[in-house]
Amino acid sequence: MAPPAASQRYPSPSQPSGKSEVSDLKTQLRQLAGSRAPGVDDSKRDLYKKVISYMTIGIDVSSVFGEMVMCSATSDIVLKKMCYLYVGNYAKGNPDLSLLTINFLQRDCKDEDPMIRGLALRSLCSLRVPNLVEYLVGPLGSGLKDNNSYVRTIAVTGVLKLYHISDSTCIDADFPATLKSLMLHDSDAQVVANCLSALQEIWSLEASHSEEACREKESLLSKPVIYYFLNRIKEFSEWAQCLILELAVKYVPSDSNDIFDIMNLLEDRLQHANGAVVLATVKVFLQLTLSMTDIHQQVYERIKSPLLTLVSSGSPEQSYAILSHLHLLVVRAPFIFAADYKHFYCQYNEPSYVKKLKLEMLTAVANESNTYEIVTELCEYAANVDIAIARESIRAVGKIALQQYDVNAIVDRLLQFLEMEKDYVTAETLVLVKDLLRKYPQWSHDCISVVGGISSKNIQEPKAKAALIWMLGEYAQDMSDAPYVLENLIENWEEEHSAEVRLHLLTAAMKCFFKRAPETQKALGTALAAGIADFHQDVHDRALFYYRVLQYDVHVAERVVSPPKQAVSVFADTQSSEIKDRIFDEFNSLSVIYQKPSYMFTDKEHRGPFEFSDELGNIPITPEASSDIVPAQQYEANDKDLLLSIDEKDDNKGLSNNNGSAYTAPSLESSSNITSQMQELAISGPAISAVTPQTSFGFDDLLGLGLSTAPAPTPSPPLLKLNPRAALDPGAFQQKWRQLPLSLTQECSVNPQGIAALTVPQSLIRHMQSHSIHCIASGGQSPNFKFFFFAQKESEPSNYLAECIINTSSAKAQIKVKADEQSTSQAFATIFETALSKFGMP
Amino acid sequence: MMISQFFVLSQRGDNIVFRDYRAEVPKGSTETFFRKVKFWKEDGNSEAPPIFNVDGVNYFHVKVVGLYFVATTRVNVSPSLVLELLQRIARVIKDYLGVLNEDSFRKNFVLVYELLDEVIDFGYVQTTSTEVLKSYIFNEPIVVAPARLQPIDPAAIFTQGAKRMPGTAVTKSVVANDPGGRRREEIFVDIIEKISVTFSSSGYILTSEIDGTIQMKSYLSGNPEIRLALNEDLNIGRGGRSVYDYRSSSGSGVILDDCNFHESVRLDSFDSDRTLSLVPPDGEFPVMNYRMTQEFKPPFHVNTLIEEAGRLKAEVIIKIRAEFPSDIIANTITVQMPLPNYTSRASFELELGAAGQRTDFKESSKMLEWNLKKIVGGAEHTLRAKLTFSQEFHGNITKEAGPVSMTFTIPMYNVSKLQVKYLQIAKKSSSYNPYRWVRYVTQANSYVARI
Repeated sequence: MAPPAASQRYPSPSQPSGKSEVSDLKTQLRQLAGSRAPGVDDSKRDLYKKVISYMTIGIDVSSVFGEMVMCSATSDIVLKKMCYLYVGNYAKGNPDLSLLTINFLQRDCKDEDPMIRGLALRSLCSLRVPNLVEYLVGPLGSGLKDNNSYVRTIAVTGVLKLYHISDSTCIDADFPATLKSLMLHDSDAQVVANCLSALQEIWSLEASHSEEACREKESLLSKPVIYYFLNRIKEFSEWAQCLILELAVKYVPSDSNDIFDIMNLLEDRLQHANGAVVLATVKVFLQLTLSMTDIHQQVYERIKSPLLTLVSSGSPEQSYAILSHLHLLVVRAPFIFAADYKHFYCQYNEPSYVKKLKLEMLTAVANESNTYEIVTELCEYAANVDIAIARESIRAVGKIALQQYDVNAIVDRLLQFLEMEKDYVTAETLVLVKDLLRKYPQWSHDCISVVGGISSKNIQEPKAKAALIWMLGEYAQDMSDAPYVLENLIENWEEEHSAEVRLHLLTAAMKCFFKRAPETQKALGTALAAGIADFHQDVHDRALFYYRVLQYDVHVAERVVSPPKQAVSVFADTQSSEIKDRIFDEFNSLSVIYQKPSYMFTDKEHRGPFEFSDELGNIPITPEASSDIVPAQQYEANDKDLLLSIDEKDDNKGLSNNNGSAYTAPSLESSSNITSQMQELAISGPAISAVTPQTSFGFDDLLGLGLSTAPAPTPSPPLLKLNPRAALDPGAFQQKWRQLPLSLTQECSVNPQGIAALTVPQSLIRHMQSHSIHCIASGGQSPNFKFFFFAQKESEPSNYLAECIINTSSAKAQIKVKADEQSTSQAFATIFETALSKFGMP
Repeated sequence: MMISQFFVLSQRGDNIVFRDYRAEVPKGSTETFFRKVKFWKEDGNSEAPPIFNVDGVNYFHVKVVGLYFVATTRVNVSPSLVLELLQRIARVIKDYLGVLNEDSFRKNFVLVYELLDEVIDFGYVQTTSTEVLKSYIFNEPIVVAPARLQPIDPAAIFTQGAKRMPGTAVTKSVVANDPGGRRREEIFVDIIEKISVTFSSSGYILTSEIDGTIQMKSYLSGNPEIRLALNEDLNIGRGGRSVYDYRSSSGSGVILDDCNFHESVRLDSFDSDRTLSLVPPDGEFPVMNYRMTQEFKPPFHVNTLIEEAGRLKAEVIIKIRAEFPSDIIANTITVQMPLPNYTSRASFELELGAAGQRTDFKESSKMLEWNLKKIVGGAEHTLRAKLTFSQEFHGNITKEAGPVSMTFTIPMYNVSKLQVKYLQIAKKSSSYNPYRWVRYVTQANSYVARI
């Protein structure tokens, strides 16, 4: 056990000075050590408590170590626990004591009481003394086999602790293999869950130098393992459920039925009161449906209500975590939330970090139908006592104005803000009016007449001042006193602390001069003189530049400084879509809270399970790959046996009927049929040849592929139909890749939608799978991704292998194809390219 | 999915509990955390968000009864998971100690460490179920008397002088025995509704929402199964309609927008007879959370008038009317209104014979505050305030003041009309008849009237 609070900053006055009290304790403990008198345990407890409370407040009580150990030869578990706490604290710093401790704990690991066995084992593994690890192996080994589940859960975590103290000892003892077998067979859910956490951690760390570990890590994502966990998810604690759901996110489903099976199985997790479970489920749903636009949208509709309920039911902190995720979804798909805008109204007592998120959400969902109400609401906040929020609200109004086509009403509101005569409101509004004019110059008359009425003396904030000065320069001809206001400001050059404002003054004086030279000449001269003498480098340089260019030719100067302006159509977004997609892929992690992808705030080793490993691309291709790996494809045939059918699980019976309309409305079941048909079509589409029997005639005619035309003379690429359930194990793939000659190499471009969708390899893998082209290995990170795919002929076991390297920045894909049957490799390449060209398309 | 450290700090930043599970966060994290929270000034916010990152370490915190419950980690974990966990740890500790405060922590720190060791091992959550923990925990709590009302717990309002309620329940440890050694067989079901209403300046309802929880705390021995029957006309989901559609809903049923349930709840017959069945675990837990935007009658009507009365003067009149039956009494009512920031003085005038009312003008925040001990259903109360300004105002005075906000608690009343029709406990014997307490309470979450 680690030490509790090692020191306390404000010791109470009654705190003992140390020495004499400790030696008192020592004597008292010694007296009790051998005693068997009734009630002796109670006296021991009191003494132990004293020792521990001294320890907690930072008094050294290591000198009573021997007595503590002697006294703990007892069956009183409270005493034992306190003793473990004590020895855990002192063993590390004191080698002599550690050996003593280990003996004592090893003995307790064989106690007949499972509680004591477990506790002793936990303490033993928590000592973190590297040179004594050999003593851990024995007790851990028996702990893993213990018939009590409490001891086993502790032993499993103990293995992980051992790994962190000495990885070689842990691996040499073959503990990971033992954990794997426990994970798949133990009857206790917590033991299983701990095995999963421990193995994920161990294998992830080992994967950097061991291919076997890498394969083991991958095998956790195989279909049998995933279904083993998902089928019994309700047996696990809510925390372990989160663990399993996080694992399931990384699973690549074999087909759309697989996807719907998983979604139906997890559907009721969305009603869980624990927000972490709900968010983890939402992530699974979102990731699974990435390549199925319709269903993906249905998922958004489905998860809206549960997320809103969570936002309003927890503590403000929990609400914040959920709301951050909702924020992400709202910004991604504003139209889905457009009718729910009232949920994002701020409540007066909410913390400002919540209000800020809500304001951004209101901005995002504003559209033609709700803008009026949203802006009205935002205007209420502009008068808010919380100035930071008032400012944000005004900015939100401005942003809405910039994203709307019909801005009439909003401009009026903005101008009303100026009439409120609150300094910060005026300041924020000026900045907005400036941006608005850059986008909608046609509003200049209305705006300028109001802005002209503002006294520059009342504006102190540099940003606002700069905005006002910009408008004075830009609209000098419409504001009668513009030159004089500028002159006034220039006269106070020395008092102007912001370089930004001084820069704007120079430019505005120039612009004003071109429009109203006689009135401005003097002021411009003063400004240039002051600017050239300015200590700020930029101000100095700009003044000098203006001066020289004026000297050279006034007309050239005008063309440089005040050319006719084009209205800004779209202001640059602060975040690239690539970064946004990256954050979306890291849903249910801190990336969403910080609004940054994990690589921006965490070092590599701590990115957690959200990062898809980039070294995995090379692994199965290396010659050493052994044959005992479990490739997912082998199990395809048994799909149905793996997943308990919904009817068998009584917990699930209520899925569609237990909760009233909310739960039946967006039925994933019914849609699944449609999409699987769509899926079939998509598969047979590029293969051109035969039309699947399910397809209706109407559809065929639409495509001009009526059944009658099927036997007609074939088009130039030879007919090729791929088997959607192809299977090839990595070993065989590797062998073939080495043996077969290269049939052809092609380069093609990837469409922009495809590039946008390719933030992680998984998205393409799922897409290609829907075209019966299966991935066997993938890796890489933006901008370079590398994939190995394979496919099989529908009718015969003839294989196609392909290596595909995609560079997202150049939007090019390089494809290398090898085939059992050389003659058809071109046909395959065509299918491959067609499939790739559809990636990212709705 | 693991955390590195867990600690609890007092409001002053003292370490009350500290546990390092993974030894991967440098020393001094408690100081770093406290400094950051205390002096937060970033992106215009003055309040530290519950999650932030300092030098690669992520700090999570929740505030419970003024204490900071903090977790740290270097890993990119699920934020909800950690915050939920912190909240749950606070609840487990409260289940054991009965009362959650600095004093009870210090008196029971050995027990708290014992709990923490079973809740988290090497940073991974093992269990947060009070029920499961019971078999691993051996220290007995040293019970601390609740010093004063705990604002954290909505159910705590039942401890105040209500005759029908056994006030001890909310501060009773799940493991400690009553004096006399025998545990009383009893179960508490609280229907707690927090309401949010925003009235427009003309008195219309702009938005309204009810966030409800059915909370349970069981002291029954032998874990009997319980059946909880709700209104038969209860509906969930509002079909295809927008949730803010205020057209009068057909029928008089209770319509929830959405709800979620505790793990232990089984919904086998929920569809047919609106009955929840469960074997309640020990400790306090929410059986069901629900959200409702169906129209309801707001318990208070607020009418505010602000009028200029000369160059440097104005008068504010606030009227509140209780719109609930006269056998119901609301308590601890606070009415607040921000006044123009050039207000220098406010003098108040209460109605004749007003008792249990207090008024205040908070100079620094320019806030008018009106406290009422209780309001009986149907009653109306008025406050008049004469304001003196330090400068002449210009423009519209109503834009400089307000909105009026209210907080209150109304025991034995719920606006949603959601009801627990009966609470059935599987019988062990004919003489087994434990105490059952079903209690309702309505509280203001955000109750705002614009002027």
